Amino acid sequence: MADKRKENFAIECVGITKRFGSVLANDHIDLQVRNGEVLALLGENGSGKTTLMNMLSGIYHPDEGSIFVNGEEAVINSPTDASELGIGMIHQHFKLVDVFSAMENIVLGTKEKYEKPAVLEEKINAICDKFGLEIDARKKVYNMSVSEKQTVEILKVLYRGANVLILDEPTAVLTPQETEKLFRILRNMKAQGNAVIIITHKLNEVLEISDRVTILRKGQSIDTVETKDCDANQLTELMVGRPVSLEIERPIMDEVGTILSCKNVTIKKADGTIGVRNLNFDMKTGEILGVAGVAGSGQKELCEGIAGLLKAECGEIHYEGKNIVGKTPEEIINLGISMSFVPEDRLGMGLVASMGMVENMLLKTYKKGKGPFLVRKPARSLAEKLVKKLGIVTSSVDTPVRFMSGGNVQKVLLGREIESNPKVLITAYPVRGLDINSSYTIYDLLNEQKKKDVAVLYVGEDLDVLLELCDRILVLCHGEITGIVDAEETTKEEIGLMMTGESVKKEA
Amino acid sequence: MSVEMKRTKKSKEPLIRTVKRTELSGQKAVLLRIAALLAALVAGGIFILAIGYNPVLVYKTMISGAFRSKLAFQGTVKVLIPLLITSLGVTLAFKMKFWNIGAEGQLIMGAVFASYFALFHDTLPHWILMILMVLGGMLGGGLMGLLPAYFKSKFNTNETLFTLMLNYIALNFVVYLREGPWRDPNSPGYAKIARFSKNAQLDKVFGIHAGWIIAIVILIFVSIYLYVTKRGYEISVVGESQATAKYAGMNVKKIVLRTMFLSGGICGIAGMIEASGSAVTLTSGIAGGVGFTAIIVAWLGGLNPFYIFIVASLFSIMEKGSSVVESTFGLSGACADVLQGIILFFVLGCEFFVRYQFVTRKERGARA
Repeated sequence: MADKRKENFAIECVGITKRFGSVLANDHIDLQVRNGEVLALLGENGSGKTTLMNMLSGIYHPDEGSIFVNGEEAVINSPTDASELGIGMIHQHFKLVDVFSAMENIVLGTKEKYEKPAVLEEKINAICDKFGLEIDARKKVYNMSVSEKQTVEILKVLYRGANVLILDEPTAVLTPQETEKLFRILRNMKAQGNAVIIITHKLNEVLEISDRVTILRKGQSIDTVETKDCDANQLTELMVGRPVSLEIERPIMDEVGTILSCKNVTIKKADGTIGVRNLNFDMKTGEILGVAGVAGSGQKELCEGIAGLLKAECGEIHYEGKNIVGKTPEEIINLGISMSFVPEDRLGMGLVASMGMVENMLLKTYKKGKGPFLVRKPARSLAEKLVKKLGIVTSSVDTPVRFMSGGNVQKVLLGREIESNPKVLITAYPVRGLDINSSYTIYDLLNEQKKKDVAVLYVGEDLDVLLELCDRILVLCHGEITGIVDAEETTKEEIGLMMTGESVKKEA
Repeated sequence: MSVEMKRTKKSKEPLIRTVKRTELSGQKAVLLRIAALLAALVAGGIFILAIGYNPVLVYKTMISGAFRSKLAFQGTVKVLIPLLITSLGVTLAFKMKFWNIGAEGQLIMGAVFASYFALFHDTLPHWILMILMVLGGMLGGGLMGLLPAYFKSKFNTNETLFTLMLNYIALNFVVYLREGPWRDPNSPGYAKIARFSKNAQLDKVFGIHAGWIIAIVILIFVSIYLYVTKRGYEISVVGESQATAKYAGMNVKKIVLRTMFLSGGICGIAGMIEASGSAVTLTSGIAGGVGFTAIIVAWLGGLNPFYIFIVASLFSIMEKGSSVVESTFGLSGACADVLQGIILFFVLGCEFFVRYQFVTRKERGARA
């Protein structure tokens, strides 16, 4: 654990301020991290975590304040400067060259890139041994799993001699088992006297890995606490600013009937590769069916296949007894199947960023009225109704939705889908990037639909939420279903194993 | 390892950097553009001074040249008509983020189709002939617009290159007609296409050919089409995100094809007007670069029909005015072009400042 040496901190930030236009992203933030400790940086989306770390790694320049590295004031103007100071950042989105091998990626941009492969491989293996990493140095990145790619990213900064490691939401793309592996590596680094900063908003991970936690809220550093003196509720309260209940309700419905069933469905991605293969599952009324899986395991294809955006190569999708494969998206919408997919950029599909709420309400219904003209009036009253019902914050229903915060945008999207009174509601990542309060509003909305006998498909990222909210959980791995389990009887570990597919066979 | 040389250097951040602005209020953006226009006039004035003329006098002549007499005003409107119609045509495509650089060719093809009726069916009753010529113009331009849209939706070809190259095909098609099948046998000397008969010419209303009425009709039509019809709504959604459009159940291909036919068709009508109202024949210079200027006009007008009307008017005044300056002061055409270039440079350049601002080291960061 962190011993209280009277030495200099590995990194010390004093009064860091950064503005983007009129937005104050960081407001006089103070932060210290010692050598040989793991500091968790906790905060909701938009609280300024990534901005702060980007300044440490030389991507942004602070408007005010100073950064001290080992007690000396440092000016970090570029990632090169940061690397020379021994600061290495592992970004949320990997920055690797796909057609290069692990080794080529690691030495890219250093002076040794012309050395013999054998020599380089030895060097890389030495680092791997030191910290307990595993990598095949000659493997091409495009053949790698997400976790292997992350290992390459870590090696990249270690190879450059980093002794301060910053990881931006490193576990978002990992299975529980892979997360455990990563944490073992981080503990090794800590033991060898390195400083680690980990950005996350997952509380259980904070409690597991960190020695101290610095909490950011709305661009300010609220507090720094010792992890061992804390529990999840306290951290949440610090993060949100008020006490929040972390329970998710799961109403039990008596009668459930199958409304939609997929039989041997195979769907190809837009680029022609297989997205999902041989899916067999039922969706039931009054039930939330969760979908778990590592990012990119076929969730998108599954949703788009049901919504008619991608055509199933083979197999049948029966909805109320009739096969809907081959129907256009419009016909499927009119049947009462509604999909809301929240992609990484949140707006990409489902909402038109430059339009206001009113025009976005029209998106799926504009054809309904007679004649060539748009009828905006009902859409306007619907928009106003949603604003009241869901507490959407916007200056007016005509303000372009891109000016609204993420939480409000998602409420608009989900609210519109629900108002169309669907019988099947498909939601993918509806709480992506939302603060805790908004997330719970969304869970409540979904439960409300469930009580109305709607069949809900919930594609999620957070296993804890899936386990609490859903009735059954379908697990995808490489586009195949590796299991459909009852949420009450399964465990996180079991789902984790199914997410990696092959490990089930080995260990089960 | 590469990091033997650890340093904590005390370097400074760059002297000037660009920072994205928070959205400017409409009023401020307008003020900025007016400032750019004034700056352009000053810079142009320095240029005029440098070649030995009085800038105030030149500018005065430019303005008065566009309005000083009934004839001058009619001349300005004549420049305005094709420019406005073509700008409105490309706006439909641009709203959909379909980069239609082929207005020039669409205009020419519209003129060709219209000329067919004018040359070979001029015995028809005047009104029927006029309607046929407008429809022909629309069909010609529309097909020129449809072609790249079809290939785009079928094979995902690049519409920018495709439409651009079609311009030259259209242009040389006119040359072929002039040299070959449509050559006027009664014309001595170099080849040309015959003048239209009186029956095939647009009527004059208030001394200007009736194209201005068509232009107003199209202005109103495009405004309504874009803002209050379902099809206009579809264009906006497709322009914003094709994924969203598909998700909402729209048939994106159909929308792209239909809109490009309309976009080209409107440009084609401009071609018909030019041939029938202005040139009274078909020449290879019938478009005269209007299709390219229209792109600038459409963007400067922010793809808003009303602003496009204003911008197109200013362009026409500048165009007509500088031709008067040319003749009054004996300036060469190149000087007028330089003046126009300077004005354009400033006006287009100011769009950068609408979106970005410079921050110097001293100020440290973008303060709102």
